[in-house]
Amino acid sequence: MRLKSLVPALYILFLMLPIYWLVAMSFKTTNEILAGFSLFPQTWTFANYHEILTDPTWYWGYINSIIYVTLNTVISVLVALPAAYAFSRYSFVGDKHLFFWLLTNRMAPAAVFALPFFQLYSAVGLFDTHLAVALAHCLFNIPLAVWILEGFMSGVPKELDETAYVDGYSFPRFFATIFLPAIKSGVGVAAFFCFMFSWVEMLLSKTLTAVEAKPIAAVMTRTASSAGYELGLLAAAGTLTIIPGAIVIYFVRNYIAKGFALGRV
Amino acid sequence: MKTQNQRAWLFVTPVLLLVAFNALIPMMTVVNYSVQETFGDNLFFWQGLDWFAQVLKSERFHNALGRQFLFTFLILIIEVPLGIAIALAMPKKGPWVPFCLVTMALPMLIPWNVVGAMWNIFTLPDIGLLGYFMNHTLGLSYDMTQDPFAAWVTIIVMDVWHWTSLVVLLAYAGLVSIPNAYYQAAEIDGASNWAVFRFIQLPKMKTVLTIAILLRFMDSFNIYTEPFVLTGGGPGNSTTLLSIDLVKIALGQFDLGPAAAMSLIYFAITLLASWLFYTLMTKNDNKS
Repeated sequence: MRLKSLVPALYILFLMLPIYWLVAMSFKTTNEILAGFSLFPQTWTFANYHEILTDPTWYWGYINSIIYVTLNTVISVLVALPAAYAFSRYSFVGDKHLFFWLLTNRMAPAAVFALPFFQLYSAVGLFDTHLAVALAHCLFNIPLAVWILEGFMSGVPKELDETAYVDGYSFPRFFATIFLPAIKSGVGVAAFFCFMFSWVEMLLSKTLTAVEAKPIAAVMTRTASSAGYELGLLAAAGTLTIIPGAIVIYFVRNYIAKGFALGRV
Repeated sequence: MKTQNQRAWLFVTPVLLLVAFNALIPMMTVVNYSVQETFGDNLFFWQGLDWFAQVLKSERFHNALGRQFLFTFLILIIEVPLGIAIALAMPKKGPWVPFCLVTMALPMLIPWNVVGAMWNIFTLPDIGLLGYFMNHTLGLSYDMTQDPFAAWVTIIVMDVWHWTSLVVLLAYAGLVSIPNAYYQAAEIDGASNWAVFRFIQLPKMKTVLTIAILLRFMDSFNIYTEPFVLTGGGPGNSTTLLSIDLVKIALGQFDLGPAAAMSLIYFAITLLASWLFYTLMTKNDNKS
């Protein structure tokens, strides 16, 4: 038994090592980093964090990212809810084809879309807005949300719908007061996954923004190339991007696997 | 049994419009570029299928495609067995379960460019933890920017670090759904550990493992940001995977025609894989 628990322990250690190194770097001074190897910060410094939290180009990167991620999560889940209900309850002309077509968008390489997206969103005047990134991320997040919600909805017996209609509920009232509470963990999981994939994606968000809506990812790459060797600053910025994910993951810890299985465990 | 209801189309219309806006218009742009030649100033000339022929024959595309398949193959044969092994060893209940789930899922929530930057810092020869350990403690010469082999090992290990947890979580979800009675029955029959795995655990994990394998296949096939930030496709072109090469051609050299033709061929390959994914999954759905 002891030996068996060694496996996950070693695995977690392996996962934590690069993260530890990033965090340790963020508390070192540039001199210490360049002077050579040290396992722990010798002189602790908060200068890197101080710079990020006081310089608008830095902290607006985080705010921009959080704005478009939130926007995307709200849009994706709202439009996916009725669609997932339709897929889970009704059969209609072309339903299977539509479902498959949605899936193909989840699987499309973002690199294929980078240039056409730039032109499309420039043409409609949305380039460099939060909305542009939020809408672009819908490409892969809506299919994902539909899939996850459909999985959870199919787990709710159809009798629930029928009983509600017999009791005289109208459809909107039934959906809002009975059905939504019944699948609320599914909604939470779908929202979590939209948040996650919008938060980690960077090719499209970088392509679609310049100044006004620049995500933290783009701020980081520009700093990495322009300032040369500001590793401590880069590490601090990276460390700060881990925190939102760590917070939201705690809330859905028991449902993560079900979400990845698209609600099909 | 589902009800026939054509009004369901109303429910899916918002999704349809939003996804179509994002998928069909850009796709038409790509198709448009793929059959034309441009010299700037919005002057376009009909080119027919020349770009497709050029891409399909080019050695550069063959090499990128070969590297892509090698990468995807390697991460699959490492991540899937490793993920299953870790899931089998994880505690089924108790206070450690939430801890394991949260820490294991953490790498997946880190922005992809930060993953690349983090591994870059981690592997720097004299400053990074791994780089220092390899070079100064073990005495190996390990430098990702010079040695293609080291670069390959690093992007594989990075992907294993990043995504093995996906397989673990899915396999674990399959395992905890097995009722205890199955194990008790196996114990009465005196089944070996291997028999329990082969005849009880593996069949129960089949659906989730199918999803895990195919998700990993797709996502690794589309991978761009992490290896790009870590190696930039180098040294030389040794780690230039398909997406990296595509972005180089499209946004770096602005060769729109060949880039568009390559996009469509690339997309066709992923589409084929998506179809496989879909048929396998719906087949499982029907059985259960």
